[in-house]
Amino acid sequence: MNKNIRRSYIINALAIIALYIVFIVLIQTKIMNNYMVGIAISTCIMIIMALSLNIVAGFLGEMALGHAGFMAIGAYSSAYFTISLIDAGVVLPNLILLILAMIVGGVVAGLFGIIIGAPTLRLRGDYLGIVTIGFSEIIRIFFVNFQPTGGAAGLKGITRLLNFNNIFWITIVIAILIFTLGRSKHGRAIISIREDEIASESAGIPTVRYKVLAFSIAAFFAGIGGALYAHYQAFLEPSKFSFMFSIEMFVIVVLGGLGSLTGSIISAIILTVLPEMLRGFAEYRLLIYSLVLIVMMIFRPQGMLGRSEFSLTKLIDSLILRKNTKNPVDGGEI
Amino acid sequence: MSVLVAKDITMQFGGLTAVDHFNLTLELQELVGLIGPNGAGKTTIFNMLTGVYIPTKGDIILNGESIIKKSTHDIVKLGASRTFQNIRLFKDLSAIQNVKIAYHNDINYNLIQGMLRTKKFWSEEKKAHDECMKLLEIFDMGEYANTLAKNLPYGQQRKLEIARALASEPKVLMLDEPAAGMNPNETTELMETINFIRNKFEITVLLIEHDMKLVMGICERIVVVDYGKTIAEGTPNEIKNNKDVIRAYLGD
Repeated sequence: MNKNIRRSYIINALAIIALYIVFIVLIQTKIMNNYMVGIAISTCIMIIMALSLNIVAGFLGEMALGHAGFMAIGAYSSAYFTISLIDAGVVLPNLILLILAMIVGGVVAGLFGIIIGAPTLRLRGDYLGIVTIGFSEIIRIFFVNFQPTGGAAGLKGITRLLNFNNIFWITIVIAILIFTLGRSKHGRAIISIREDEIASESAGIPTVRYKVLAFSIAAFFAGIGGALYAHYQAFLEPSKFSFMFSIEMFVIVVLGGLGSLTGSIISAIILTVLPEMLRGFAEYRLLIYSLVLIVMMIFRPQGMLGRSEFSLTKLIDSLILRKNTKNPVDGGEI
Repeated sequence: MSVLVAKDITMQFGGLTAVDHFNLTLELQELVGLIGPNGAGKTTIFNMLTGVYIPTKGDIILNGESIIKKSTHDIVKLGASRTFQNIRLFKDLSAIQNVKIAYHNDINYNLIQGMLRTKKFWSEEKKAHDECMKLLEIFDMGEYANTLAKNLPYGQQRKLEIARALASEPKVLMLDEPAAGMNPNETTELMETINFIRNKFEITVLLIEHDMKLVMGICERIVVVDYGKTIAEGTPNEIKNNKDVIRAYLGD
């Protein structure tokens, strides 16, 4: 670990803590009311979903349109787990229960990622897109008809475990983990498949294994996102995890820039907060939302940040020190 | 001991026989050229040797192990790597990252260690970085380490592809038309580079080439194929005066 990296770690850590303090002060002084805190929590969940989808869509470069399916698996399995745990009379602190729920949701969704990924990842591009749509619809319809989790009426009685404090830090940890994944040897191998699959194979990368790995890690984090969603909403219904929801997540990732994690974060914030802010316009709301997307895609088809990352360290360097730190490759740390 | 032996390999695509009972033996540290007119089956032979195609008949032995039906990435691990006729770099990644990807199998940390950035991650990444830098320096490309592959000049892209192929520590390096699209100066430089890496890394080099100056200049042995069959084999001088070769290239 060299000096520059340590420095950017410290800068980012300070920025995260500052951000946290700002939010806490806003919440304590009631400037942010419950409604706004609710939006902040949904935004955090969307950030996690967008980041996990970025592993497949951005790093691996495959069109995955069934992300809501993995989220549904994570949400239902974790909710069922906590409900039966509480029914069995086990008393655990909320945080530990939440962590257990996240692990269950993540692992179950990750396993489904392997089961679905292994046979289908031989397909490419739009073919894979269609197959993933099919799978997520199968999962949704399964939950519509599966009575133990409430069927179409939905699953009630989930304990609400999420508040702004824990979701904030969970989001930060997941963002860091996905970021470091992208810059490890495994991340490099996955990215090389996006760049050129044949060359990657010839460089000694077992491409099929890494495709399945990317797919299952994405599913794992999507499952965690689902678990968080379940324990925030305290109520699950299958219709939430429709095809449109998968598309919504895909739009977030494309808009932020495929392969750019900071782009995903920024665009998840914009696309979750914007529809809420536009509530005043009532029926024009979706029109404006769509218009923003169209304008964006015409003038910046590569997404907000393209493939590069927003780096706080470099921003500070260029603002204060006026150093030329142009590095077209790594984009630095978050 | 022979590094690579191809025994009677045949490749049929439907009714078309692209390669017909082809034999090849590569000795340690040899520099062999594989030439032939367009469509003679040279690239098909390459693809069989690297596991892209599975030969219809015959056997290929690399370092004493049969590589038939092995996948390409396993063959790379066993010590055969290649470059491509039309350059296939990871265009949106930097030069050093291109090399690091091929260095993949020598980096020892697992997924969890990588995501949590343990000590092992830092030491292994540093080792990988240093080794890959060294490799780039050998090709005088140190200054380009952080340049995106797509922004490199053509000649440098060719060299980077060779550097990447060397990163997986092969015993046999197969170059598919390395001089394609190069001017005479670059070709001369490339000749020196190929000779140099053969001696430096103590590897066997097999190259497909159309540029006769390059092939005749550096190859110790040349194999000429036409219509999927070997029509001549020998030293550059023998090949130059071989009637069958002249007929294959110029017609009767």
